[in-house]
Amino acid sequence: MPRFLTLIRVDEKNSPEGGPSPEMGRRMGELLEEITKAGVMLDTAGLTPSAQTTQVHFKGGELSVTDGPFTEAKEVVGGYCITQCKDRAEAVEWTSRFLKTHDEHWTVTAEVREIAEG
Amino acid sequence: MAVTAHPAEPPRPDRSGGIPPAPTPAPAPAHAVETVFRIESPRLIAGVARIVRDVGIAEELAQDALVAALEQWPRTGVPDNPGAWLMTTAKRRAIDLVRRRERYARKLEEMGRDLEAAPPHVDEPAEPADPDDIDDDLLRLVFTACHPVLSAEARIALTLRLLGGLTTTEIARAMLAPESTVAQRIVRAKRTLAAKGVPFEVPYGAEREARLGSVLEVIYLIFNEGYAATAGDDWLRPSLCEDALRLARVLAGLMPKEPEVHGLAALLELQTSRAAARTGPAGEPVLLADQDRRHWNRLLIGRGFAALARAHSAARGAAGPYALQAAIAACHANATSYEDTDWPRIVALYELLAARAPSPVIELNRAVAVSMASGPAQALHLVDALVEEPSLKGYHLLPSVRGDLLLRLGRVAEAREEFERAAELTRNERERELLLGRAAGISPPGV
Repeated sequence: MPRFLTLIRVDEKNSPEGGPSPEMGRRMGELLEEITKAGVMLDTAGLTPSAQTTQVHFKGGELSVTDGPFTEAKEVVGGYCITQCKDRAEAVEWTSRFLKTHDEHWTVTAEVREIAEG
Repeated sequence: MAVTAHPAEPPRPDRSGGIPPAPTPAPAPAHAVETVFRIESPRLIAGVARIVRDVGIAEELAQDALVAALEQWPRTGVPDNPGAWLMTTAKRRAIDLVRRRERYARKLEEMGRDLEAAPPHVDEPAEPADPDDIDDDLLRLVFTACHPVLSAEARIALTLRLLGGLTTTEIARAMLAPESTVAQRIVRAKRTLAAKGVPFEVPYGAEREARLGSVLEVIYLIFNEGYAATAGDDWLRPSLCEDALRLARVLAGLMPKEPEVHGLAALLELQTSRAAARTGPAGEPVLLADQDRRHWNRLLIGRGFAALARAHSAARGAAGPYALQAAIAACHANATSYEDTDWPRIVALYELLAARAPSPVIELNRAVAVSMASGPAQALHLVDALVEEPSLKGYHLLPSVRGDLLLRLGRVAEAREEFERAAELTRNERERELLLGRAAGISPPGV
């Protein structure tokens, strides 16, 4: 059964002030519990704001370390989950349900990536 | 897939400034409907079974709901809450069926003697369904599918079908059995449950512990069937391991207060964490001692430790057999190499396990641990005591372990004989090759 890493990207600049509404938080909590109880969720977490990012860059044999914020980034990873699903369609279905827990004025993009095994 | 993922989104205001789109979402292709159904199927069957009190009929009614979705969703789009839609549809049909039956029973009664029937009693489906109710129904389904009136094979097939969401074809492939055999097994199992009047309920009181044991055993058997495939030319059938692991995770969510449920989940997480290291490039088995531990899955190891901690904190007394086996697996997971493993602790855990659930197989495993903690001579002593054990007569690991100990003691001719005997006994092709390889590769004394 393949494992998937789903990266949740949000447009931080256009996200609602004060974060998710209580209603949205409740819907999300319920869905995450459902995914866990289905034996599908292996790990999930939300990330602190991208301003706290540290980028470590390697190019031409040189390392550089830069602290955020990075103003040019539009959508940034705001959270992730690792799931184990029968197939990609199931992973996409759970991801769709997760995105639908957001209030309508959110802009969210989820990237569903299969984890290479072996 | 991204296109099929969003058909159920509520219509959005048209940003292009043109005519607002009609409020009809994009149609749902059949495979999208089937994905939703597969996710929802165990809960649908469980919810319906509580009404009709028959898992066979419940499965048929759930299938009917799928057919209705396949007819309707391609025209109307996937509903906003597809699970609730399926559940409501299936439960409506279940209630219709119960009402028809009650009307029929009343008619019979009316014809026979004076009308004295009780008013029809039907559980109306809550809308939306309370998750706790669904959990209770699922748990009833688990205990029914694993009921001891069924043979172990029937329990495995029924559990994979009703709770694992596997098709008969998938089960047949996994169990290396003809599809017709598996189909028959499932049909007969459902009939047996109905004929014996097995109630659709979670057992309480004295019966509960034994029945929970049966549930855990079914999941463990499914896992083992995949982990050390007993027959055929595959050493590992990972899909079965993963189905079992998923079932264990589901059960841990349903019975969070049962230490052995977490113990089993911990054991399976930890065993599965080694899956990628258990086979070489050509699919040949790689024994624990020789595994490249960098290929062990850290995420699963972490989950295994977390489940083991839950087993300990839920424990009402001494650790149970699954928690003990998980603790042994945890010792391996913690060790950087086979030699650096905490073997004395493993020996101690096997002693607890032997006291709790004595079996010759556990004795054999204990002997392996003793050989690492105290040397092969002491271990050989323990293994020799098992040679006459009737239940180990055809068990290939007995000569395999004995051969290993003899080899370490420099008794090479005897070791070779043991490996050859083990190769004869195993039904797994890959393992036979490994054992014959060991017999052939024995070098002069001093290893």
